[in-house]
Amino acid sequence: MAQPAVQSPKESRVVLSARGLTKTFGAFAAVKDVDLDVRDAQVHALIGPNGAGKTTVFNLLTKFLQPSAGSINLLGTDITRTAPDKVARMGLVRSFQISAVFPHLSVLDNVRTALQRPNNLSTQFWLPVSSLDRLNGRAEELLTAVGLIKERNTIAADLSYGRKRVLEIATTLALDPKVLLLDEPMAGMGQEDIGNVSNIIREVAKERAVLMVEHNLSVVSDICHHVTVLQRGEILAEGDYATVSQDPRVRTAYMGEEEA
Amino acid sequence: MSDAVHTTKQKAELAQSRKTSTSYAVFLLAGFALLLIAPMFFYPIFLMKLLCFALFACAFNLLLGYTGLLSFGHATFFGGAAYFTAHAVKVWGWTPELGVLLGVAGAAVLGLVMGVVAIRRQGIYFAMITLALSQMFFFFCLQSEFTQGEDGIQQVPRGHLFGLIDLSVSTNMYYFVLAVFVIGMVVIWRFINSPFGMILKSIRENEARATSLGYSVARYKLGAFVMSAALAGLAGGLKSLVFQFATLTDVAWQMSGEVILMTLLGGIGTLIGPIFGAGLVVTLQNYLATSDFPVTIITGVVFMVCVLVFRRGIIGEFYASRFGRMLGFEHRH
Repeated sequence: MAQPAVQSPKESRVVLSARGLTKTFGAFAAVKDVDLDVRDAQVHALIGPNGAGKTTVFNLLTKFLQPSAGSINLLGTDITRTAPDKVARMGLVRSFQISAVFPHLSVLDNVRTALQRPNNLSTQFWLPVSSLDRLNGRAEELLTAVGLIKERNTIAADLSYGRKRVLEIATTLALDPKVLLLDEPMAGMGQEDIGNVSNIIREVAKERAVLMVEHNLSVVSDICHHVTVLQRGEILAEGDYATVSQDPRVRTAYMGEEEA
Repeated sequence: MSDAVHTTKQKAELAQSRKTSTSYAVFLLAGFALLLIAPMFFYPIFLMKLLCFALFACAFNLLLGYTGLLSFGHATFFGGAAYFTAHAVKVWGWTPELGVLLGVAGAAVLGLVMGVVAIRRQGIYFAMITLALSQMFFFFCLQSEFTQGEDGIQQVPRGHLFGLIDLSVSTNMYYFVLAVFVIGMVVIWRFINSPFGMILKSIRENEARATSLGYSVARYKLGAFVMSAALAGLAGGLKSLVFQFATLTDVAWQMSGEVILMTLLGGIGTLIGPIFGAGLVVTLQNYLATSDFPVTIITGVVFMVCVLVFRRGIIGEFYASRFGRMLGFEHRH
């Protein structure tokens, strides 16, 4: 468990980077001076105790929140002032802490919704819905890849929590993002789904960068190449899991509680 | 691949959806047949008024029911188009179909302007901005020359459709109105059941997720807003030809309120609910107009009963009822 299962090339390209990222709400600094480099073909974990600012960092990187200071660079382009939907179109796609599916659409329709934009089938108000059927092949391929094909016609609201998260990942992958941000993808999942999703993440990270917030440390040690520990909005430690988990400050701040 | 994974449950769902479309088709054909023969039993002007308001309510519902935006300014599009059509037909001597098209175009432009200002706001703020803008338009109409202020544009000729069919014959006019109404409904139906409609649906289901998938949510909402305004304009333009006048009543805030009432009564988010809501309100107005009892009190009471007892509206409750489900309808909202 201590060794990452996949050794990644040490010097792969930085695709997403933040410098001096800061977000204040009034006098309270939720995120303070955070530097982050997310590399291609790596799974990068963002960990830390509750309230450390992990989700805020996600919201800043995806531009759902506007940073108070600092800069963000995606694939060589400065996105510090870019709108969130534009950022998504540039290849940075996120998931949410609370499962983000379209509850009253079927599983297939959830994935098709994501496929509509890259296939230029989202603004036609004069075409019938059946014109979307040509997306079915790709949608079914994605559902097969994550093991949801049997539930293709199920209404998303009727899926179990873990299966919803799996659907969310399939929907996110439909956009073929360059950088994938997953906010606690394993939260509330059963052991079987955790194994399944770990494999999916490992697989997709071969061709793209993944940044994930995760509480489950065995998952982190299992699939993540690089770990950043946040505490009270600041970076406490950084490195591979073995290094970070040995850091005494980290042990007291975070892992001490977990392993006690 | 898809055949292999069809479970019994999915087959049942498939059968259910077939049943739904059959029931729908029967329902619609029966309704259409009734409208075809209705002039034999009812006063045509009343029927035409009903169809105009039904179309107006359906256009409004396109926004409220399918985008979740509560506009309090739809009188602007309805009344604005009424003025444009009336002016084009009376002053410029345009044929009625061109006059109505001008009304639609004008309403769409007004919708674009109002939408650009309001669309990023939500809930009560959206309602307030649309109300404020429509009040501004009201005062424009009050002061402006071409609307002829308090008098309104009177004695608008119905003219000849395509220069051929005399619309002053009320049977001709009725079937013209019915045809436009059906076209309007088909446009709404197609709009909802289109790739664009799917994105609207997903935005209503989970807006943050739609944004994170790269959809510019405000633009899709704006698209729906303009479409709703244009269709409201279609209804308004038509109405000015039916009654042969366009007045301040059509652009006043009470008109915006009335269309909300009709939509709520009929059932938000159902395609045909607003038709029934409009039918109820227009009928009440018509029958109570001659009595001493004030209409507004009755409609107010009806509205309260609706909100307290059947919140889903007439058609919404029907779909959710045992009989409705037996026919294969299901109200999802």
